[in-house]
Amino acid sequence: MKFALSSLHQFLDGDFTLDDVTAALNRIGHEVEGVENPAERLAGFRVARVISAERHAEADRLQVLSVDTGDGAPLQVVCGAPNARAGLVGVLGLPGAIVPANGMELKTSAIRGVTSNGMMCSSRELELGDDHDGIIELPADAPVGMAFADYSDANDPIIDVAITPNRQDCMGVMGIARDLAAAGLGHFKPVSAPDILGTFACPIAIRTDDVAGCPAFYGRVIRGVRNGPSPAWLQKWLKAAGQRPISALVDCTNYLMLAYGRPAHAYDLGKLSGAVRARRATDGEIAQALNGKSYMLDASMTVIADDAGVHDIAGIMGGEDSGCSDATRDVLLEIAYFTPENIALTGQKLGLASDARSRFERGVDPAFLDNGLALLTDLILNCCGGEASEIVRAGSPPIATRHIAYDPARCAALGGMTVTLERQRAILHSLGFGVGDDWQVAIPSWRRDIDGPADLVEEVTRIIGFDAIASVPLPRAPGVAKPTATPAQITERRVRRAAAALGFAEAVTWSFISTAEAARVGGGAHSLANPMSEDLRVMRPSLLPGLLSAAARNMHRGAASIRLFELGRRYLTDGEHPTLTLLMTGDADARSWDGGKARAFGPFDAKAAAQSLLHAVGAPVDKLLLMGVDGEGIWHPGQSLSLRLGPKAILAEAGALHPALTRAFDLSGPVMAVNIYLDALPAKRASGPARDAFAPPTLQSVTRDFAFIVPHDFVAGDLVRAVRGADKANIVAARIFDRFAKDGQTSLAVEVSLQPIDKSYDEAALKAISDKVVAAAAKIGAVLRG
Amino acid sequence: MDLEALASEILAAVDAASALDTLDAVRVAALGKQGSVSALLKSLGAMSPDERQQKGPAIHALREQVSDALAGKKSALEAAALNAQLAADALDMSLPARAEPRGSIHPVSQVMDELAEIFADLGFAVAEGPEIEDDWHNFTALNIPPTHPARAMHDTFYFPDAGDGTPAKLLRTHTSPVQIRTMMAGEPPIRIIAPGRVYRCDSDATHTPMFHQIEGLVIDKNIHMGHLKWTLETFLKAFFETDDIVLRLRPSYFPFTEPSAEVDVGYRQEKGRRIVGGHGDDAGHAWMELLGSGMVNARVIENCGLDPNVWQGFAFGVGVDRLAMLKYGMDDLRAFFDGDVRWLAHYGFAPLAQPTLSGGISA
Repeated sequence: MKFALSSLHQFLDGDFTLDDVTAALNRIGHEVEGVENPAERLAGFRVARVISAERHAEADRLQVLSVDTGDGAPLQVVCGAPNARAGLVGVLGLPGAIVPANGMELKTSAIRGVTSNGMMCSSRELELGDDHDGIIELPADAPVGMAFADYSDANDPIIDVAITPNRQDCMGVMGIARDLAAAGLGHFKPVSAPDILGTFACPIAIRTDDVAGCPAFYGRVIRGVRNGPSPAWLQKWLKAAGQRPISALVDCTNYLMLAYGRPAHAYDLGKLSGAVRARRATDGEIAQALNGKSYMLDASMTVIADDAGVHDIAGIMGGEDSGCSDATRDVLLEIAYFTPENIALTGQKLGLASDARSRFERGVDPAFLDNGLALLTDLILNCCGGEASEIVRAGSPPIATRHIAYDPARCAALGGMTVTLERQRAILHSLGFGVGDDWQVAIPSWRRDIDGPADLVEEVTRIIGFDAIASVPLPRAPGVAKPTATPAQITERRVRRAAAALGFAEAVTWSFISTAEAARVGGGAHSLANPMSEDLRVMRPSLLPGLLSAAARNMHRGAASIRLFELGRRYLTDGEHPTLTLLMTGDADARSWDGGKARAFGPFDAKAAAQSLLHAVGAPVDKLLLMGVDGEGIWHPGQSLSLRLGPKAILAEAGALHPALTRAFDLSGPVMAVNIYLDALPAKRASGPARDAFAPPTLQSVTRDFAFIVPHDFVAGDLVRAVRGADKANIVAARIFDRFAKDGQTSLAVEVSLQPIDKSYDEAALKAISDKVVAAAAKIGAVLRG
Repeated sequence: MDLEALASEILAAVDAASALDTLDAVRVAALGKQGSVSALLKSLGAMSPDERQQKGPAIHALREQVSDALAGKKSALEAAALNAQLAADALDMSLPARAEPRGSIHPVSQVMDELAEIFADLGFAVAEGPEIEDDWHNFTALNIPPTHPARAMHDTFYFPDAGDGTPAKLLRTHTSPVQIRTMMAGEPPIRIIAPGRVYRCDSDATHTPMFHQIEGLVIDKNIHMGHLKWTLETFLKAFFETDDIVLRLRPSYFPFTEPSAEVDVGYRQEKGRRIVGGHGDDAGHAWMELLGSGMVNARVIENCGLDPNVWQGFAFGVGVDRLAMLKYGMDDLRAFFDGDVRWLAHYGFAPLAQPTLSGGISA
């Protein structure tokens, strides 16, 4: 909310500077977002008198003026304004001044060959009004040479302050002034609303048929007004508050709202027919609002209507057809109290924001209807003339005073600030609270936000300022700080750093992807109703799309090798699943002087990474089942695998992605990936830090190689498992180290590691083990190569 | 031939040998079965004891002298041969080695680890909750009823209505629902931080529709604003690794805290960057809004089934991305979520740079 520093003086007796005000506002909870002094925009403009005006020799429409600037020799200024003439006192912009309306810096220049030393300005150029038909004409006695900023009283800083949503009472200057007075910036001047008695009965019936939505509707008519531009002081006041002056009647209601936080409405009485009433809308009823748009209403919404139909969306926006114009002669003033919750819901449903809504939905002062109406009447009578009717009061606002039992010790216990009882009492008093001897606190009618003792603690502490709160250490448990991470958090931390240690860069991509992207990875379970854009609509069921998009962006930027990973959630029907996904594409190894051509990533890079990461988080990598992947379209059907704890418990998937998927993301080369399903990992058994006992065998280990011929569709892993199982006491490892295919058959060479325990092997022992290996292999169709 | 002449002849031959095979020929000629020195040794057997006594030492000395010379020469020739081989094997070591890929940790993760470490020392555990939330946890339980104007300030992403009369699910707009879940899950005392992704329907240079927050919550007896202030100061001093942290608490409004405070931190501008530290009112300094905080509203405590007359405490929330930007100097939030490998290499952290209290929080 914006207001001029000077406007505080209406409500506050006292001496204070701008700095006093801004510091106090920040201290007591009204954040100052900016301060601007309009005088700064008028620097370089001064009051000047035209001494003579001669026709420009080269241009019919231009005149060459001699201008008295108050000091030194008169300046020659070229001017095109039709009203420029000898004797006129106006506003001269000197070279160097910046024209507020367009930001142009004035310079001494030649106009059609005649030097011009500045510019005589119009109202519009100085942003003082819309008038651009001629230059400003000041009274003949305006002091020539005076800075125009001083002459026009522009030296009045405008303060922009953020009002928190709980403080409706500060959405008018009066409320801010009351807070400032409590903070020590002078004395708050109580509102003096003139008592204006009506001279005739209100000629139109007013009632509320919707007591729930509009408990009170006060009104009166003023007849015989003259609408038109409002007085200069009011226009200046509104402009400082950031409000464009419209017409005297509208400006008067806006002033009441911005100065007192009290929205009101003025109807052109001539456009109303029959009784004016607050009522519920009917479903489908249309309101033509004064923003030029029409709104379809429903029966939960309160409107102001007459016999002809809806005019206002109550408390939110006036109607287009019943507003005031220059032709308005008789007005009906409306001051109503609307139920805040109803206004909020109506505003949300209609998506319609307005100054009135933001005040009514936060709850205006229910005890300010009569004062508000008196202030508005007085203002209109002063600005527009006319004669006021008697007041009609339909319904009654909820003005019962609420009380809170307050224990002043709460100030220290909750607020961390020790404040004397006297001081607490004084602060609450100055904010309008009634404080009984027993600390029963009466809440002022305008403080709807006060709900309990904690609010009173805040009132006291904020007025003193939170700077006065002393820091107090949190009590600390004895001893060394205990570990706090859960097993799942430890797993996440480990696997994240393990992936980085493997050479992958961690990315963070959006949790939402497009519908099409989600469909390519199995479809999403959760789609937003109001996405930012179609690209960010579906909660990702897989981390692959985000990483594929990132990989594509990187490739388009010229990257040769992409190693990315992300650790985040997948959003499925049954919940959110922490997942780590690795993606690699491009060169695994760059071409090199010793290695020749670049090596592209292959499925075994993915398998190796998956096993590494599973190992890093303690999964039993050697015991996992290696199976195919489930589903179609994500993985290359022949170059991917899943690693499972049991047939249904998938811990990880790894391999090449399906080319149809990667091409959809504009990636041309093969792309490898790994998914680690973190919430599927087996929980670590709870045991102490001690390991199983172990002493390295003292005897030397032995390796023996075997070559087998197998059919071409034989699964090598089965051979390794068979060989390992052939003699579990002696065989500690088996590894395929060579493979070649010829004539529809495949040769697999296995290196078998043997570890003697008690004594070294003799020939007979080795032969016995070899026989077991060969027999085990033969059982699954692998024949020892002759 | 006398011994001296023989010695000098053999030694000259050893000296002259330029390769191992010629040296070996010299050895055979001297010490081989038919060698000249061997012949002298053999002649000792035929001598009388007196003669042997007289000539023996000289002959043995000759044999020793010759063997030593041969051994010395042999090792010299071998060394020369090895040197020649090594010279031939020389490589241009300025050629590039195979590049090991360097992975990195995203700044958001790193900062979350830093915060977990700092708060672990203060006794705070890390709590988590769902990102797809219900209306009650995200708003109502936090004292934001459906008609509350603060809802409009949240720019909420909603899922379609279930059609069963329950409010539509939504993406959590803050990490505060984790407060509710934690308070409902167990008895106080509670000290948690809750980091995670949050979502608001908002996008510009400093706002993205997804970002990261960390929530802090302490519920206990006798906890007041002074504890809140100390906790924030202590955490920020540890996080920014400077004792020169000055906070300004400004009264503010959040529906779920009362009293509420926005917290500004003093900073100065250096080479276009904000450097946290110093008093915001000092010359060359200013205040910047960093986080929101306050004493947990009694209604929130009540909504979680706890007795607000027994339990009270504070909560705060701060943007993790923003903390990362302030500490490590990134200036564009959107880059956090782009996955640009160049950005990740520059602003990311080494995998082993895990923040620890003993090694320092900052990598």
